[in-house]
Amino acid sequence: MLFRSYISKLLMSAVALATLSLLTPSARAAAPESNDPIKIALFDWTSVNLNAKILGGILEKLGYTVEYPTADYLSSLTTGLTNGDLDVGLEFWDTTAGEAMKASDATGQTERLGKLGPKAKEEWWFPEYMKAKCPTLPDWHALLDPTCAASFSTAETAPKGRYLGGPVTWEGFDDERIAALKLPFTVIHAGTDAAMFAELDSAYQRKAPIMLWIYSPHWAPAKYKGEWVQFPEYTPECYNDPKWGVNPDAKYDCGKPHGEIWKYSWNGMKDKWPIAYKVAKAYTIDTDELNKMSGEIDLDGKKPEDVAAAWIAAHEADWKAWAQ
Amino acid sequence: MTVTASASEPRPPLQRWLLVWAVALAAVLVLFLLQSSLPWAVNYPAEAVVPVADWVSALMGWIKSNLSWLTRSITAVLGVPLDFALNLLAKNFKIGHGADTVVLPRLSWVGVCAAAFLAGHAVGGRKLSLLVGGCFLYIALFGQWTSAMLTLALISIAVPFCIVTGLFAGIWAWRKPWAERLVVSPALDLMQTIPTFAYLIPMLLLFGNSPVSAMIATAIFATPPMVRATMLGLSRVPSEVDDFSEMAGCTARQKLWRVLLPSARPTLMVGVNQVIMLALNMVIIASMIGAGGLGYDVLLALRALKVGEAMEAGLAIVALAIALDRLSQAIAHKQAKGHIHQAASRSLWRRYPNLTLAIAILAVTTLLGLFLPAFAAVPKAITFTTAPLWKAAVNWVTINFFDIIEAFRVALILNVLNPVRAFCEGFPWLGAVFLLGLAGYQLSGLRLAALVAALTAFCAITGLWEKTMATVYLCGISAFIACLIGIPIGLMAARSDRFEKIVTPIIDTLQVLPSFCFIIPVVMLFRVGDVTAMIATVAFAVVPAIRYTNHGIRQVPPALIEAAKVSGCTPRQTFFRVQLPLALPEIMLGVNQTILMALAMIIICAMVGTRDLGQEVFIALSKADSGRGIVAGLAIAFIGIVADRLFNAWTAKARARLG
Repeated sequence: MLFRSYISKLLMSAVALATLSLLTPSARAAAPESNDPIKIALFDWTSVNLNAKILGGILEKLGYTVEYPTADYLSSLTTGLTNGDLDVGLEFWDTTAGEAMKASDATGQTERLGKLGPKAKEEWWFPEYMKAKCPTLPDWHALLDPTCAASFSTAETAPKGRYLGGPVTWEGFDDERIAALKLPFTVIHAGTDAAMFAELDSAYQRKAPIMLWIYSPHWAPAKYKGEWVQFPEYTPECYNDPKWGVNPDAKYDCGKPHGEIWKYSWNGMKDKWPIAYKVAKAYTIDTDELNKMSGEIDLDGKKPEDVAAAWIAAHEADWKAWAQ
Repeated sequence: MTVTASASEPRPPLQRWLLVWAVALAAVLVLFLLQSSLPWAVNYPAEAVVPVADWVSALMGWIKSNLSWLTRSITAVLGVPLDFALNLLAKNFKIGHGADTVVLPRLSWVGVCAAAFLAGHAVGGRKLSLLVGGCFLYIALFGQWTSAMLTLALISIAVPFCIVTGLFAGIWAWRKPWAERLVVSPALDLMQTIPTFAYLIPMLLLFGNSPVSAMIATAIFATPPMVRATMLGLSRVPSEVDDFSEMAGCTARQKLWRVLLPSARPTLMVGVNQVIMLALNMVIIASMIGAGGLGYDVLLALRALKVGEAMEAGLAIVALAIALDRLSQAIAHKQAKGHIHQAASRSLWRRYPNLTLAIAILAVTTLLGLFLPAFAAVPKAITFTTAPLWKAAVNWVTINFFDIIEAFRVALILNVLNPVRAFCEGFPWLGAVFLLGLAGYQLSGLRLAALVAALTAFCAITGLWEKTMATVYLCGISAFIACLIGIPIGLMAARSDRFEKIVTPIIDTLQVLPSFCFIIPVVMLFRVGDVTAMIATVAFAVVPAIRYTNHGIRQVPPALIEAAKVSGCTPRQTFFRVQLPLALPEIMLGVNQTILMALAMIIICAMVGTRDLGQEVFIALSKADSGRGIVAGLAIAFIGIVADRLFNAWTAKARARLG
């Protein structure tokens, strides 16, 4: 064992020496600023990992070494990204990470690299077959009707409807919204979105009633036919001023905010890898393209690396321009 | 209560205790009824909450800004062997940068499988070699190779690290009784009961988002059995051996390393085996802070609702666990038997035929991998998947049985779960502190009473009372059901060897398969909420109930059973009058373990929407709030410690009465 590791170490150093001596001046000019690997965070959903693989693939073509550590979504903003354990994180959604991003900005050790491109949307959602029970959906007034609400109920919530909300940490003021709009519904929190989509899948197969929180870009709206409930359009006043909206005494009498998806970096990246920083800052992606590629991975079973390589090949002119 | 009263004949102390309990319960009832005038005694007042969480956060902040040079150098040092192992097994060595990168290949999968086969052959013969080699081949053919090797690399560095630290901590505790009592014992209790999620944030802050953090988190969780095994092993060495080494003129150091530790080897190997199992239990959590590997595959597959893929990755963890478990057990047995010193042969090949052969195969196949891609990575053509089958099975059950299941779920929740929950959450905190303290006093004395009361009070004064009681409710019910199912199964397994053979692999799988894998399919049938959480908890916590009951009955000395038969007992009488009472302490130990296991599941349960301390830990995790997470983790640990201490005191008393 010891012997083997010794040999391989010897071999490694020999090869390293050989490569060093092979470096021609031209290669050195094209070589990146720092030889340390750039760490792009992977989280636990498809689109962010696809984006990471695309940006990483581009940076590798430009001569950088890239690593993909796995990280926790919200806490990475105030841990890994603040001290360079992670250099880039690609999807921080206004809708779910608003507070964490504020906390991250307050540390002064991270930098908002700008918008990724696709718009984040989240709202109450129902499968299409529920229109048979509540014909006036997706208009939210339909939910005020007790018979319509009751068709969404289960034994614990009856006669009120059951609304399956996201994890508490991704809170979207649903209890407040129900009170403000006087909806006959009860919020049940799923602990994770995996659990939530498991319930949706189960209900959809049985054509059973379900009302839940869904967000986009995500594979679910592509896989299941359904619609978003149309609440009064969100404005900042609605969340701050009780007088605004249908209920003059309450805040939150409107839909959920739409938002941007932000890219973040560790603020030392700019000096350590200026060109990679420029590329990461310029990197954007089209919404439809992202949804299509996410679908190819989640529904058709392609590998994220292959889908990313296809995008990189198709957009060579774009990313070459970003690096200039 | 009435049953005990009628069963016990006139025994004054017991009756006095009954009176005390009756008065105490009445007092708590009064407290509950008077809650409008004494609200602070039922719900702990929010103004008086002691901000322990803020203190912990401040302390963490201080450590981060003043000691991160130390923690970061630890990361760097531990990172060297870990990176080497990761590259060797999974990632390939990359030297140089960008276009000039030279890649040295990782070990070929063919070679690793062959090495696993040979390792099995060396320590356990043909049967073991087929099992271990088969497990690795299974992993390769199901397309889990790279992830499994990432996990294996982490384990292969973490486990020796845990063993060495555990060994030294154990020796220290054994030598210095004060250290054992004041430092090691409480530390071990906390390390085993605080859920890992509670200290993930401090880990990330101090050691960075890297596989090293994952390794340290794994070590915190997996080291305690090694420490305990060392202490136990050393204290069990016969005093004759000790005296003999003294007479032979050993120095203290020689005595320890040459005599005592080798004599304690069988117990130490049990510790090693436990370390490996617990380390594998950690893989999912480790994947959340930068380890990657099989745990991450499970997580990712479930986020995309790929039930089948998650199940396959989970089963690959099981395969890895079985291979490592059987290997380490075989080594323990082999060494326990002792080995005859062979004449030292000069050639390496003669002395270690299997080792040299394994190295040769590894070298050849890895070199071949440079030219034949089929040796470097598992070719896609020969892998297969059962994922669609799993998914189809879940869907079939969902469509056909949902209505029956739903009726069962609703009945359970409305008639059992909700009333118990309401009872627990409304229980006055002052009353609980008082009653538990009283129980501690009756069972052991003033010291236990003070400990139990203080730990319970901690949960209240940190403002977590309601969530604590919600945790107690879910754990209590789950542990109760797990015992209800597990003890009869254990009894049956003890009476029939054939049944035991069927049960053992099932409970082994239940213990190692990440609970994550089956919690999502359960959601599809039982919706999010307490019923799903309860089912997942029962599935995990039932294991010790079965195992300890089986073991307890089986270890009743055959001479006693013989004696019972001779004195004319029917088999039924033998079982109820002899075997069961003698096995009772062991069964109680199983119940104790069941409670602790149920508590360990609280965090996982928060992922399907429970509202208890597990949820609190999750909120803290996503807000990167180290103080909040640790305080909630401590509250969970304290529930476990209170239950454990009371139970142990009770078992000790029962054991004393049985003689």
